[in-house]
Amino acid sequence: MDQNTITINGHAYNFDPGQTILEIAQQNNIDIPNLCHLKGTRATGACRICIVEIEESWGKKLVSSCSAPAKNGMVVHTESPEIVKYRKIYIGLMLDSGNHNCDIGSAADESWTDFQIAAMENDQKEELCPVWGDCELQALAYRYQVKGRVSGRHREPLVLPVEDDNSFIYRDMSRCILCGRCVAACNEVQVNQAIDFGFRGTNGKIIAGTGTTLRNSSCVFCGECVQVCPVGALVEKKNLGKGRPWETETIRTTCPYCGVGCQQLLHIQDNTIMKITGVEDAEPNLGRLCVKGRYGFDFVGSQDRLTTPLIKKEGKQVPASWDEALDLVAKKFVEIRDQHGADTMGVLTSARTSNEDNYIAQKFTRAVLKTNNIDHCARL
Amino acid sequence: MTNTIADLETSDLILVTGSNTTENHPVLSTFMKRAALKGKKIYVVDPRRIKLVDLAEKWLRPNPGTDIAWINGLMHVIIKEDLHDKAFIEARTENFDAVKDVVASYTPEHVADITGIAAEDIIALARAFAKAPAAAICYCMGITQHTCGTDNVKSLANLSMLCGHLGKPGGGVNPLRGQNNVQGACDMGGLPNVFPAYQAVTSDQARQSYEKAWNVTDMSAKPGLPVTEMIEKAHAGEFKSMYVIGENPMVTDPDLNHAKKALANLEFLVVQDIFETETTAMADVVLPSFCWAEKDGTFSNTERRVQRVRKAVNAPEGVRPDWDIICDIARRMGYDMQYENSHEVYKEICSVTPSYRGITWERIDNIGIHWPCPDESHPGTPILHTTQFTRGKGLFHAIEHQSPAEQVSDDYPFVLTTGRVLYHYHSRTMTKRTEGLNQMSPECFVEISKTDAKKLGLNTGALVNVSSRRGKISAKLQVSHKAVEGTVFIPFHFARAAANKLTNAKLDPTAKIPELKVCAINIEPAA
Ligand code: SF4
Ligand code: SF4
Ligand code: SF4
Ligand code: FES
Repeated sequence: MDQNTITINGHAYNFDPGQTILEIAQQNNIDIPNLCHLKGTRATGACRICIVEIEESWGKKLVSSCSAPAKNGMVVHTESPEIVKYRKIYIGLMLDSGNHNCDIGSAADESWTDFQIAAMENDQKEELCPVWGDCELQALAYRYQVKGRVSGRHREPLVLPVEDDNSFIYRDMSRCILCGRCVAACNEVQVNQAIDFGFRGTNGKIIAGTGTTLRNSSCVFCGECVQVCPVGALVEKKNLGKGRPWETETIRTTCPYCGVGCQQLLHIQDNTIMKITGVEDAEPNLGRLCVKGRYGFDFVGSQDRLTTPLIKKEGKQVPASWDEALDLVAKKFVEIRDQHGADTMGVLTSARTSNEDNYIAQKFTRAVLKTNNIDHCARL
Repeated sequence: MTNTIADLETSDLILVTGSNTTENHPVLSTFMKRAALKGKKIYVVDPRRIKLVDLAEKWLRPNPGTDIAWINGLMHVIIKEDLHDKAFIEARTENFDAVKDVVASYTPEHVADITGIAAEDIIALARAFAKAPAAAICYCMGITQHTCGTDNVKSLANLSMLCGHLGKPGGGVNPLRGQNNVQGACDMGGLPNVFPAYQAVTSDQARQSYEKAWNVTDMSAKPGLPVTEMIEKAHAGEFKSMYVIGENPMVTDPDLNHAKKALANLEFLVVQDIFETETTAMADVVLPSFCWAEKDGTFSNTERRVQRVRKAVNAPEGVRPDWDIICDIARRMGYDMQYENSHEVYKEICSVTPSYRGITWERIDNIGIHWPCPDESHPGTPILHTTQFTRGKGLFHAIEHQSPAEQVSDDYPFVLTTGRVLYHYHSRTMTKRTEGLNQMSPECFVEISKTDAKKLGLNTGALVNVSSRRGKISAKLQVSHKAVEGTVFIPFHFARAAANKLTNAKLDPTAKIPELKVCAINIEPAA
């Protein structure tokens, strides 16, 4: 069979039948901006930001690259003046559709101070959009130099109350651009079926359950929707406004809870975990996490951590130095082993600690205590 | 797991039993649910109407403790209708005839009597399972936490071998491991009878090679005691000391009142943990250690994939890594045990653990590798038993149904099963510190069917006393469509209403797993 090839911006690429233009571009590190595409789910074609130009015998046509399948011999351009013109219009419309009170969303002719005052009034909140600087729409507006509330297209910013009855997700539908990624994430990726498109058309809105809050719907707070939302409509509530990308370092690790072993990115600022996200495309979880893996990290910096050895003296546990504590342990272990025999001693290691810790625990039991009385709580 | 997590999305049929997957292995369940969306069939066999039932082809509801019966029933139908994979049985297994004889009497009608599952449902599932090109079995504690847990697991392996569903993509018998590193703890030899990589402590050859590697002599050839028997001996005053690392048996052990007495009987108890727990409270010495985010190391997940854990934050002043504390005690006892860092420990693991030998930290920097992986050029083994079983031929086990150790009576008319909820983990030492998790699941509850609640004349929120032959707790009632008449469910996470004050410490004779899934209880309104 002949190779399938497609030409993008003057370069030829091979592809597998069935791949979309966007997939091929992403595979080859060609940047096509997009706001509604979500890997592994059905294309919705909602944002039209991903449009590209295809050369046909009769001229040019614009298609959405996220849904258009590639054809052999196709010639594609990703940043023509025509494309840029339309992208600017779409971005402008999205900025105007809601309360995008970052500076890019401000009226073209307003001064910064006027804008801020107006933003605060509109928002009933003290601060700017919490994802300022970490928003795909803002980034695109900057890239294509689009401002919102441009004369003629201006309408009152939509202001809706922020949903506030859960501890995990800050849900402000006045910043929703109806891209539908959250709906796809909830229904097709995590399959929790908690949210959906409400009324279509100009009153379109994402609704939880039959129009209630996430807390009262079948939402299980996996946070997948937050991870995929391109704007400030769905935001992590923990450490809100902190831990923005340029302030944090990310460390990849494995979830400490269940045996799935999800791959996580820990976002660290000032020696503190600000948030946790799934590592996109990495097995076994392919970017997904559950509520414990995403939000259950407060124990790490807890004030209640044990920080000093304790020794029981006259029935009460009192702080001790490491030397004092470990000398006592070693002395007692030797005493008991010599008096009663190694088989009266046992070690309970843990299915929660690392392989390294477990290995050392069993080596200690077998080589030093000289018994095989070692087990962990897996059976329970 | 014999197969991988991602593999589940390629199964034609997934049989889920004794696993409340959406709550206990949430992300793994997404692969099952996505399979269902693509039209693949899920069958749930579980005493509770778990959430996954919403997407399942069918829910079969067995009476608790009757798993062998329905599994034998499926095999009866498959053999009778000549749907078994004769080529696979011939080439890859032995002892098939013994199973054939035993299951002969497990007619669908007979099985229906024991299990409460309708005969036609047994027949339908048997046909679907046998005819599916690739069918996976997933199970969890609902299968293993019984006096017959080991036999339950063997029965599931019988069923899979019978249809040739082992050793291929989309198939397999997949235990879903509860805690993050249960797999690793077992692989590392955190078990009374084996060294790392499951080499028997009774084998002279294995013992000699570890004595050499560890530079010691006279290691014990006698298999050790499982935790449940250590507790038993301590209770009887025959056990003198325990060193508990990162566990909280004072909430998670069966028959807690008994466990408490046992620990109190010890001459010397050392507990190493990150927080004060019900267990540290009883210790003679408490040692504070690093937590997950402060460590470099590895975990091995339920699909045998060895993955990196990385230090992300500095530990609080004064605490030390678990391995380092243990080594220090060893040195003070006169044994030279010293490592530069955890990577050094891992390198030693590779050198003495054949199945991990090829898995270096460098290789798993980006993506974990499934053991067995005998050398550094080996890609790892995502699917086990593709060409042969560990022992060569797969052995069929002929197994008869036995009734659970404890039966309901007039005084204790309900069957209790215990388990976890989505928002908490184990004894909650970690999860209770996250406000939102407590908000979603603040306290213990007694999940009961509508019919039973009506009989008691009580509703959701009513405070009840729950008692068994061993203990008593109080908690609020939660009427739920998940529960079936006669059976109630209580999560074991909560120390204040610890479900394990009620449960039965009676053990499976082989795996020494307590029967946490079936015990008889009574429910009364709290005065
Ligand atoms: S948190 Fe998870 S379950 Fe809840 S709406 Fe978002 S994707 Fe759906
Ligand atoms: S909430 Fe976010 S992800 Fe969902 S439709 Fe709106 S903008 Fe898109
Ligand atoms: S994120 Fe959830 S599903 Fe994944 S390993 Fe952690 S606890 Fe398990
Ligand atoms: S990404 Fe293609 S239409 Fe939105």
